[in-house]
Amino acid sequence: MHELGIAASILECVRAEADRHPGFHISKVGIRMGELSGVDSDALRFGFDCLVKDTDFAPLVLDIEPVPRVQRCPQCGNEFRMTEYDPRCPACGEFMTQCVSGDELNIAYMEVDE
Amino acid sequence: MNRVEVEKKVLSENHLLAEQLRARYRDHGLLCVNLISAPGSGKTLLLEKTLERMQGTRLAVLTGDLQTENDATRLMRFGYPVKQIITGGTCHLDAKMVGTHLESWDLAKLDLLIVENVGNLVCPSSYDLGEDCKIVLLSTTEGEDKPLKYPSIFSKAELMLLTKIDLLPYVPFNPDLARDNARRVHPQIEIIDVSSTTGAGLDQWLHWLRRRMQQKNERRLFQTQS
Repeated sequence: MHELGIAASILECVRAEADRHPGFHISKVGIRMGELSGVDSDALRFGFDCLVKDTDFAPLVLDIEPVPRVQRCPQCGNEFRMTEYDPRCPACGEFMTQCVSGDELNIAYMEVDE
Repeated sequence: MNRVEVEKKVLSENHLLAEQLRARYRDHGLLCVNLISAPGSGKTLLLEKTLERMQGTRLAVLTGDLQTENDATRLMRFGYPVKQIITGGTCHLDAKMVGTHLESWDLAKLDLLIVENVGNLVCPSSYDLGEDCKIVLLSTTEGEDKPLKYPSIFSKAELMLLTKIDLLPYVPFNPDLARDNARRVHPQIEIIDVSSTTGAGLDQWLHWLRRRMQQKNERRLFQTQS
């Protein structure tokens, strides 16, 4: 249950952005969350809402964009979305494919109102 | 309404501190490994056996727990610098905790820093501690499907230590299935079977560790020369 800490970090980023835009209100923050990031989105929303409601930012919407795991094949260069824990390249059958995305946990955007 | 693109890590503060630690380790040719597992998989016993067999190595240990100094007390008797990080309820270590506990140590006098994370397969996987590699332990008293249930840590760990293999005759655990599951999550993961009780596999584990230490030090020498 580290989602509360993650939620606090998101709120810190919002605060930093708010300081850069004095007089504006941030209404939404969007994050990109990889399926390997180890973060539970329900717990993150719960923690985020708990933290936000006592701040000047309330109401603040958290938009979570899930990012799928993508593998790259070292033999044929094919990139594919990994499903059902099958890392084999669908094009050539190579097993030793490498994870190239799916563990990110990034702030993507914020929506700012006047 | 304006949309402002940000593209910044959520844990950017931790990431920055981790990068600073990584740079310090690099300057000293110091290898840092981050040991992660569920509670009770045998991290501390493995460390006891590791320290016992690595006499003469310039190493130090940071060990994390929610409460008690028990693990540090167990590890201190081998004569190496050991510090307990008591998180007070936090379920993982972060780069700030590691940095704070390293303050009184001279990293120039170390070749290996072992960080024993809080027993937890989920949260520690999100926090970069500046380590060279994460090592995950899976014991034969757990389920073979742990890699599938906790893919985040198994996909990030360079090495999996399959622990308590001395118990294989007594537990319904299929080691081939466990290894297959780990490789399905992370095809490149290295796997070593060990028993801290019988000593099986410990030579192979120590060989892995020493090889990584040597590589790290060689990289520093190469950088110094160039």
